[in-house]
Amino acid sequence: MSEDIDPTMLLLHFLRDRLKLFGTKEACGEGECGACTIVMDGEAVNSCLVLAIEAQGSEITTVEGLSRDGELSILQQEFINGDALQCGFCTPGFLMSARALLDRNPDPSDDDIIEGLSGNLCRCTGYRQIFEAVKRAAKREREELSRS
Amino acid sequence: MTHKEELYNCTYQSCKDYKSNYKHIGKPYERKDAMEKVTGSARYAFDAEVPGMLHAKVLHSPYARAKIVSVDCSKAKALPGVKAVLTGDDSDLLVGLYMEDKWVFAKGETRYQGEAVAAVAATTEAIAEEAVSLIEVEYEVLEPVVGLDKALEADILVHENIAEINHVEGVFFPQPNSNIASLNKSRRGDLETGFAEADHILENEFSLPAVAHVPIETHVAIAQYNPFTGRIKIISSAQSPFALRQMLASTLGIKESDIEVQVPYVGGAFGGKAGIHLEPLICLLSREAGGAPVKLKLSREQEFNYMATRAAMRGKIRTGVKNDGTMVAADIVYDWDSGAYADYGVNVGKTAVYGGLGPYEIENASIVSRTIYTNKVYSTAYRGFGHLETLWTVERQVDILSQKLGIDPYEFRMKNLLKAGDLTMTGELVTPSTGSPIDCLQAAVKEIGWTGRKSEAEREREWKTGKVRGTGFAMVHKAPAMPPNAASSIIMQMQGDGHVKVMVGGIDYGQGLITAVSQITAQELDLPMEMIEVVRGVNTETNPYDWNTVASKYAFMGGNATIKAARNMVDQMKDIASQILRVSKESLDHGDGYIFYKHDPSVRVAYKDMAYGYAYPNGNGIGGPLISHGYFTAERLTNLDHETGQGTPALAWTFGCHAVNIELDVHSGEITVLKVASAFDCGQVLNERMVYSQVMGGVVQGIGSAILEGYKFDDNNVLQNPSFTDNKIPTMKDMPLEVVPIYIENPQLNGPYGARGVAEHTMISIPSAIGNAVYDATGINFYRLPLTPENVALGIKSGKKDIY
Repeated sequence: MSEDIDPTMLLLHFLRDRLKLFGTKEACGEGECGACTIVMDGEAVNSCLVLAIEAQGSEITTVEGLSRDGELSILQQEFINGDALQCGFCTPGFLMSARALLDRNPDPSDDDIIEGLSGNLCRCTGYRQIFEAVKRAAKREREELSRS
Repeated sequence: MTHKEELYNCTYQSCKDYKSNYKHIGKPYERKDAMEKVTGSARYAFDAEVPGMLHAKVLHSPYARAKIVSVDCSKAKALPGVKAVLTGDDSDLLVGLYMEDKWVFAKGETRYQGEAVAAVAATTEAIAEEAVSLIEVEYEVLEPVVGLDKALEADILVHENIAEINHVEGVFFPQPNSNIASLNKSRRGDLETGFAEADHILENEFSLPAVAHVPIETHVAIAQYNPFTGRIKIISSAQSPFALRQMLASTLGIKESDIEVQVPYVGGAFGGKAGIHLEPLICLLSREAGGAPVKLKLSREQEFNYMATRAAMRGKIRTGVKNDGTMVAADIVYDWDSGAYADYGVNVGKTAVYGGLGPYEIENASIVSRTIYTNKVYSTAYRGFGHLETLWTVERQVDILSQKLGIDPYEFRMKNLLKAGDLTMTGELVTPSTGSPIDCLQAAVKEIGWTGRKSEAEREREWKTGKVRGTGFAMVHKAPAMPPNAASSIIMQMQGDGHVKVMVGGIDYGQGLITAVSQITAQELDLPMEMIEVVRGVNTETNPYDWNTVASKYAFMGGNATIKAARNMVDQMKDIASQILRVSKESLDHGDGYIFYKHDPSVRVAYKDMAYGYAYPNGNGIGGPLISHGYFTAERLTNLDHETGQGTPALAWTFGCHAVNIELDVHSGEITVLKVASAFDCGQVLNERMVYSQVMGGVVQGIGSAILEGYKFDDNNVLQNPSFTDNKIPTMKDMPLEVVPIYIENPQLNGPYGARGVAEHTMISIPSAIGNAVYDATGINFYRLPLTPENVALGIKSGKKDIY
């Protein structure tokens, strides 16, 4: 897609205000909470720290892009199965950090998961069920891959 | 048989006979709102947009206390795109939950650093931000009231007019010519006699700092004032829309029915979104801007600086105990450094007089609780308020008493815990239906593997390895703080396809209310969960009333209201079905979507065929749309007597116990929580998956309060850590290695299926349990939170055994 934008516009605000993709949240605006995490060219980034023009030519995935044809991804399914969310405001950010982690490392150790998700803050869940959900999703994704 | 035993046996039998095999209750259903939340399609107030919407920004006071000499808004007003600029000169409206003590904008004087001095509404956020920077304010800096002791001296008054502040009379007691926003008291027995009976008397002081709620969605609201009708429409991240509507009406001097409050999904609340916050200010901006809708969303820094906190607290406790470990007297004073305005703070203070003794039977006791104004960001409700703080005092004191007497802390507690037949601090009778703290203690202590405190020799041996381990535990008890006549209500409507729409007045901000209400409806109507749809979001125009969504009381009150609404629905269906089937109502039963004849279940009529009234084959119709309602009002609760504190405050006491294993690095002071065992007497688990989630979340929030979090102010009460960089909350790295929840189910006979609330409870004595474990590991008693690496390491380095 192509759009004319103010060069000072943040990628976060481009997604939310211009494209009306409200799944990506803002909770600190300083890159400290991870609520605005998206996947940009395979890397999890805080979209509040990226200018929209820096994303020129990049491939961006937001939470809205995780499901295909109305079918939830394994990661989303595991978040539901494991009750890995409560208020849900940090959930898109966690899903995107986890997506980037599993794309980079399909077989993460416990420490890899903790390291990969420790930049995302959640105040409700205490993290345990997010951790478990990502672990189970990794396993299922690997199984799926070996079947196909 | 004594009266006590008789009572125990009789209620115990009722509890034992309680039905416990349910089709839907207790089952680990998925969260009903999970699909929207994992796909990014759940909409929050933060995401709300209204056509023609303006954006607001606020100018905050940089000083804790200053005289506002002049405000010049001319440059801001001249900026293109600015539609409204307001200051304290433009408004003389007071706002407040229990005490109307706060101006919408600071007037004449600022009372905390972060207070709103002026605000702008403009066509874009950037313009509003620029306009705010163009407002010129001249301040005359005044000496602020910093800390409890200075506030109690009353040389400087935060509110000169304290005696004239409009407040809820008979419940809160502001003290003239002082900084005491409310003085609350309770007492039982006779202190002098109690201390005379004691073999040992121990006096200690415990304290903890202010902390932030940190909902991941900051406070956000949109207001639109209609200049033609005078009506106001609000979209807000509030957790209590009906209370908000009532307070806003009171502040603006208009009718409640002229205000509409809509609350979509809320991104975390924890008490910080109860009460009223941004709404009056943006209502005024909308009016000033000719009726354009105005949105204000707070930055994280504003969340720390401008929005309310949990109050800092100091508890002074003197306990008299006999050689055998029986506590016979307790004299306690709780002082709350509550900041510039009362908000919920006075209610936190009031809570301490009924909850502040701990779950113990102590015959002679006195609690004095003072909510104190100081010049800093004000305080409000925060998860388990009045209990986490007082349990930090009581459960540490109990542990230290057992150390001094050389009694095992488990045995010490067993000797003193409340049991059926005892009276609580305010004179409530404990029955088996109240639940059992003893069951919780036994279960948690067993799970953590408690075998007694370490010996000094064991500690010394371990110390040499650089890492020491310890075990500690602490009781939990908490009852909702609420007006004695608080109410919840529910409306149900049968749909033509047999599905049921349920409208609630409570807000699901993650605790799982939508799912719990669905399960109860499914249970009562005997329908599958997929056929129950709780309407998302609450709108005061259409949804039924609910006092507030706070205090872990919704499962109990909303649950009971749901049962009543569903039974009313069944009753209405039986009325019609008895005509259709030509069978007396008494001969009818319901199940699986049908009303049927008990004698011959093939004689039946489907719910869906009666949804909008039943039509006979010839076209005749009877009945009408099936709409039912149910309510629950707290039963037999009373206000507390001002002098003695006696009365009935508790809808339900939920008892519990947290036990922890920790490892402590003796050089860095870092505490690692290895295992937590948490037992709660929740009466009846409504949804196993969601109670588990509450425990996991509450425990980590408790760890935050214990070892990480706290506001830091400079000598002039200017906040030094208004960001996540310096005011940290736990991350995934702080997750304990193992958390084992234990559910005790002694039913409460007036709860829904015997259930009590279990939400805040999962957090509130984690700090005490960790403090007790630190003693077990190190032989050092810490009296002040948080137990950060810095505080712990400095404590160890000092070589002292008591760190205040």
